[in-house]
Amino acid sequence: MMADDLFAPEAAIDIRGVTRRFGDRAALDGVSLTVPCGAVFGLVGANGAGKTTLIRHVLGLLRAASGSVRVFGLDPVADPAGVLGRVGYLAEENDLPGWMRVDELLRYTRAFYPNWDDAYAAELSRAFALEPAARIKNLSKGQKARAGLVAALAHRPELLVLDEPSSGLDPIVRRDILGAIIHTIAEEGRTVLFSSHLLDEVERVSDHVAMIDRGRVVFSGDLDEVKEMHRRLTLRFEVPRPAPPALAGALAWEGSGREWTAVCAGRPAEFQRAAEACGARIVEERVPSLDEIFVAQVGTHCPVRGED
Amino acid sequence: MDIHLANDGVPIYLQIVNQVKYLVASGRLAAGEELPPIRALAERLLVNPNTVARAYRELELYGVVSKRRTAGTYVSGAGSPLARRERVKILSERIDALLAEASQLDVATEEVIDLLRRRAEVMQPRSREE
Repeated sequence: MMADDLFAPEAAIDIRGVTRRFGDRAALDGVSLTVPCGAVFGLVGANGAGKTTLIRHVLGLLRAASGSVRVFGLDPVADPAGVLGRVGYLAEENDLPGWMRVDELLRYTRAFYPNWDDAYAAELSRAFALEPAARIKNLSKGQKARAGLVAALAHRPELLVLDEPSSGLDPIVRRDILGAIIHTIAEEGRTVLFSSHLLDEVERVSDHVAMIDRGRVVFSGDLDEVKEMHRRLTLRFEVPRPAPPALAGALAWEGSGREWTAVCAGRPAEFQRAAEACGARIVEERVPSLDEIFVAQVGTHCPVRGED
Repeated sequence: MDIHLANDGVPIYLQIVNQVKYLVASGRLAAGEELPPIRALAERLLVNPNTVARAYRELELYGVVSKRRTAGTYVSGAGSPLARRERVKILSERIDALLAEASQLDVATEEVIDLLRRRAEVMQPRSREE
């Protein structure tokens, strides 16, 4: 392993070998990943996979028991002011103080950020139709998310961190949030880290993606490269089969009789040979969606059962 | 410019490329017409601006659009070989689907061609009115 001080200089976030246990359960198990500056980084995984725990380490809310976390080269636990001043954060469970009014929340948040932009906060509030005098606790879930978003964006953070921002929200609020992400990255050099289980959203907005399953990184990298490493293949056999064949790289199967479809990971050039080796020809081949990759990688932890 | 993104595994930049080509080939984007700015289209489609930029680069490579010095991306002149090739390609895909279905229904290709002629005759008066 490399020394802690050798973080990549262009990395907004650099996580190395982080392990975190809650009781005897490993919430994070040797997690390493790098979020390049200017990336829109999508963190995907099932509920309880470790996404929120990882984000809490990035924000310095949890100290890495082993391994290291660096944000802009700084340790978020040792230097919270240096890190959090450059970060905007929106949590899934909106933890805004319910007794505050919207304008009080923004004034309160403003005090933490020297770069706070009043004009931008007002512009966003108008765009989101936020009532300044409304109490937070009386807002709808969608308006709460929008208030949280204004508080996270108005200091024009270098890094925007969103934990399940779309969870449980209607499509109109989701549009606002995705629009805010796109707006943020369209401004030069800003970085976004967001977790989501809405994989079509991740696929639309991200250029980098990491998939976490039970505390481990399944893959992490450029979205196009991740997709290129996967194929959805339909194989046709001469004779009907009761169960899918053993094919190198196949993650999950569905089908019956002569046609079986698999999502495969590995080198696409080798799939052809693998298919021939088990007596089949490929009748359809395409790059799967992130959703299909996710389901194949972590959807079921037991093999597909053949029909008997 | 009307673009619909599907979540069917086709890379998003490629969906944009294909649909712009289709819009140009079908005349819904005219020669000289300006495409929306990258950022505006990204915010409308809710996709990463780099994805739109990549689609525009590919379209420029194919000669479907060209950048002007004053910034902005415009549809290239009509009648380019590509527009013709694209039209043929769009029709070929439909024909392939038709032939596959005909073969499944046990209808010979000659019969399909006859049927096409007959349908063209039926459609003729209406297209003349337009």
